[in-house]
Amino acid sequence: MAIPLALTVNGKTVRADIDPRTLLADFLRTTLGLTGTHIGCDTAQCGACTIHVDGRAVKACNVLALQAQGANVVTIEGIAATDGTMHPMQAAFKECHGLQCGFCTTGMVMSAIDLVARHPHADEKTIREALEGNLCRCTGYHNIVKAVQQGAAAMAK
Amino acid sequence: MGAIESGFIGQSVKRKEDARFLTGAGQYTDDVTLPNQTYGYFLRSPHAHANIRAIDTSKAKAAPGVIAVYTAADLEGVNGLPCGWLITSVDGTPMKEPPHPVLAKGKVRHVGDQVALVIADTQNQAKDAAELIEVDYEVLPAVVDIVDALKPGAPQIHDEAAGNKCYTWAIGDKAAVDAAFAKAAHVTKLDLVNNRLVPNAIEPRAAVASYNRAEDSYTLYVSNQNPHVERLLMTAFVLGLPEHKMRVIAPDVGGGFGSKIYLYAEETAMVWASKRVRRPIKWAAERSESFLSDAHGRDHVTHAELALDKDGKFLALRVNTTANLGAYLSTFASCIPTILYATLLAGQYTTPVIYCEVTAGFTNTAPVDAYRGAGRPEATYVIERIVHQAGAEMNIPQDEIRRRNFIRTFPHQTPVALLYDTGGYDACLDEAMKIADVNGFEARKAEAAKRGKLRGLGYASYIEACGIAPSNVAGSLGARAGLYEAGEVRVHPTGSVTVFTGSHSHGQGHETTFAQIVATRLGIPIENVDVVHGDTGRVLFGMGTYGSRSLAVGGTAIVKALDKVIAKGRKIAAHMLEAAESDIEFKDGKFTVAGTDRSKAFGEISLAAYVPHNYPLDTVEPGLNEMAFYDPTNFTFPAGTHICEVEVDPDTGVVSIVSFSACDDFGNIINPMIVEGQVHGGLCQGIGQALLERCVYDKESGQLLTGSLMDYALPRADDVPSFKVATSVTPCTHNPLGAKGCGEAGAIGAPAALMNAVMDALSSVGVKHFDMPASPHRVWQAIQSANV
Repeated sequence: MAIPLALTVNGKTVRADIDPRTLLADFLRTTLGLTGTHIGCDTAQCGACTIHVDGRAVKACNVLALQAQGANVVTIEGIAATDGTMHPMQAAFKECHGLQCGFCTTGMVMSAIDLVARHPHADEKTIREALEGNLCRCTGYHNIVKAVQQGAAAMAK
Repeated sequence: MGAIESGFIGQSVKRKEDARFLTGAGQYTDDVTLPNQTYGYFLRSPHAHANIRAIDTSKAKAAPGVIAVYTAADLEGVNGLPCGWLITSVDGTPMKEPPHPVLAKGKVRHVGDQVALVIADTQNQAKDAAELIEVDYEVLPAVVDIVDALKPGAPQIHDEAAGNKCYTWAIGDKAAVDAAFAKAAHVTKLDLVNNRLVPNAIEPRAAVASYNRAEDSYTLYVSNQNPHVERLLMTAFVLGLPEHKMRVIAPDVGGGFGSKIYLYAEETAMVWASKRVRRPIKWAAERSESFLSDAHGRDHVTHAELALDKDGKFLALRVNTTANLGAYLSTFASCIPTILYATLLAGQYTTPVIYCEVTAGFTNTAPVDAYRGAGRPEATYVIERIVHQAGAEMNIPQDEIRRRNFIRTFPHQTPVALLYDTGGYDACLDEAMKIADVNGFEARKAEAAKRGKLRGLGYASYIEACGIAPSNVAGSLGARAGLYEAGEVRVHPTGSVTVFTGSHSHGQGHETTFAQIVATRLGIPIENVDVVHGDTGRVLFGMGTYGSRSLAVGGTAIVKALDKVIAKGRKIAAHMLEAAESDIEFKDGKFTVAGTDRSKAFGEISLAAYVPHNYPLDTVEPGLNEMAFYDPTNFTFPAGTHICEVEVDPDTGVVSIVSFSACDDFGNIINPMIVEGQVHGGLCQGIGQALLERCVYDKESGQLLTGSLMDYALPRADDVPSFKVATSVTPCTHNPLGAKGCGEAGAIGAPAALMNAVMDALSSVGVKHFDMPASPHRVWQAIQSANV
């Protein structure tokens, strides 16, 4: 039985009738075609699906789409400027080589932006602890930590 | 072959591929949606070992949205999955190759073995219907440990492999080794388990298979490291389809680490089914399926003995290894614990004689195959752990025992088949010791001791064989494939270039590194070069990416194609400039008549090639599109020294990594930023093996106990330090780039360096050895039992 859902995604109002067991990650990917939100695990461990819901980082694979009823959702597709200029955190990841295969990257960037909002002047130890919910198998985290530091500095400007 | 000089070479050019990855515009397999697409779901065995007495799919077939349900009974004419490397046993018999059915036939042999494929309109409908399939299992006793599996009376997994043995293989001169041991002043012995690992690329395996009725052709999108090999194996060996009627596309791939080299059952069944249901089928593994069905890595049990003279000079090495291959032979499983392992046992040392015997067999576990390093981390772990222990036993400092045995003259023929072309092992050791501040270690150790903590320093001087290697040699060793690479350089009329490579990037940054080579060589802007990979419909052929081979082999194929482009350009320029071809020089994007200022830019030549009005049509074909295959004359031999410093809390058993330093020799480097990134990632996976990761099956039931990311500990950001990395260069002597490969080094050196550091830290409390991972539980246990 389909249930009506209305929410804001990347600044646009979205309405759909959905199967109530639809996960938010699947709704974004399959219904809206926003495939930048990736699914890497079943257990909220890897963080590849991290998005922002009402300003907080959320793992979209562990939220029912209906739980986002009326919410303001931002995905990786919604953080660059309208002219296409990358968000300072996206730019910092490129500058610091904070990504390799790119699969964890979108969730990692969304987590990093949330991290900086909570801890604008985080040191390396705080950054590493705050990124615990996002797994990367490629980079060894070294350059991700550098990117978050550089991104934080750029966001403060 | 011309030298590759200056330009973008050696520059940390920011990656071309990053823009799409950072904005969510990457196209991974699960992002592909085809019109009228269906969803596949695989029903998997809940048992480790069972006979299938009957399968009733009638209720599932009648479930809402279900289009088809297939089991082994439907797959008439479909062969099993092949193994790509024949190993011959010491008694001259070929290895045992039991069938590896696409869907389980009469029997399941590991938890997660695929039993049925359900295809439905939605993913949930397919999953719901799978619950309605009734399988009548006769559960059999299971065996998951390879040592247990080879004992008399163990459960028999395949009729074709008596005693669960696949082969016993050996390399080296046993008699010479035994004689050397007889006169040794000192013998060090060690028993080692190389822990089983689950690769865990963050993108789970996925596939979208479709059939085109108009062309009678297939298209398969698949998360894979070598699409041409996937196509060849699937069409020619399993499904009996014409190779040219199938296109395999491996688009953006979210990490591989070896686990996506192989031809897997899932995509094979889906391609077969796509013609039956006449609609595209999509499947993406859930993480729990990845744990159950991706090929795992390592899983060796080894006894090693090192003979030394009174000065610590190595006289001989004797190794006996038992390797777990899992329930079926995966695509390259058989060569990992043999050709890619035992041939590396000389390491960086002059050890004159070596003998290694390997017995490999089957268990009721997921197949085991190459995982980052593939045999070479296992070899390095054996050598560097036993060298550490020998140094400790003989009171020779760890750097000194290595220096006393380093190879210093090249080329060097080892007693285990390899011919090292070049290397500089002292330089890497020196530099690693410098960046690790070894001189300050004793002071740091004393300071830690005041806080009740134990500090240790561990070394690993590793070598690896990459860029695998002359096809004829590999063939004589049992390879059933060639090991070259293909490249194509397509110059467009306006002088921009599309490069097609048979290598595949799943994070390594080929689109940037290869573009740097081409832009430098042709003297054109890097923006004018695009690199295409991962599509059998666009790339002429390829062996894909594994074994750190892309730059040394795939890059060289591109260089050879560039040589042909420039040679042809020179002919065209000679005609246009009315000069002799031998007088034409090509430099910085210009063809110039030597000693004059008369020249034609690269773009003028490419335009002439496609608009041949003033053109040597009688001797030169129009167009500027060249391709090349490159078959290396030898392996490449990256090497280096890694030094790990740890601090152990003896009360809790917690190991903290204080610092990790690495100096590697990868030969010439095109993009230092990318190379450092590869080292960081490799080190993290190596640290994961040594500190956190261990795949565990229950001995009784054969159930996978570490079946999720909540049970299997992948390294997280706060488990690892920032790394100190450096490079030292001896260029490879047999490819024009002088490149050796860097993808696996970190994972090869790190486990031994870390475990040696732990053993160094615990030496004062009497601990000599325990197996990876050095979890708090194991460390604490080791301390307690040593104290008793």
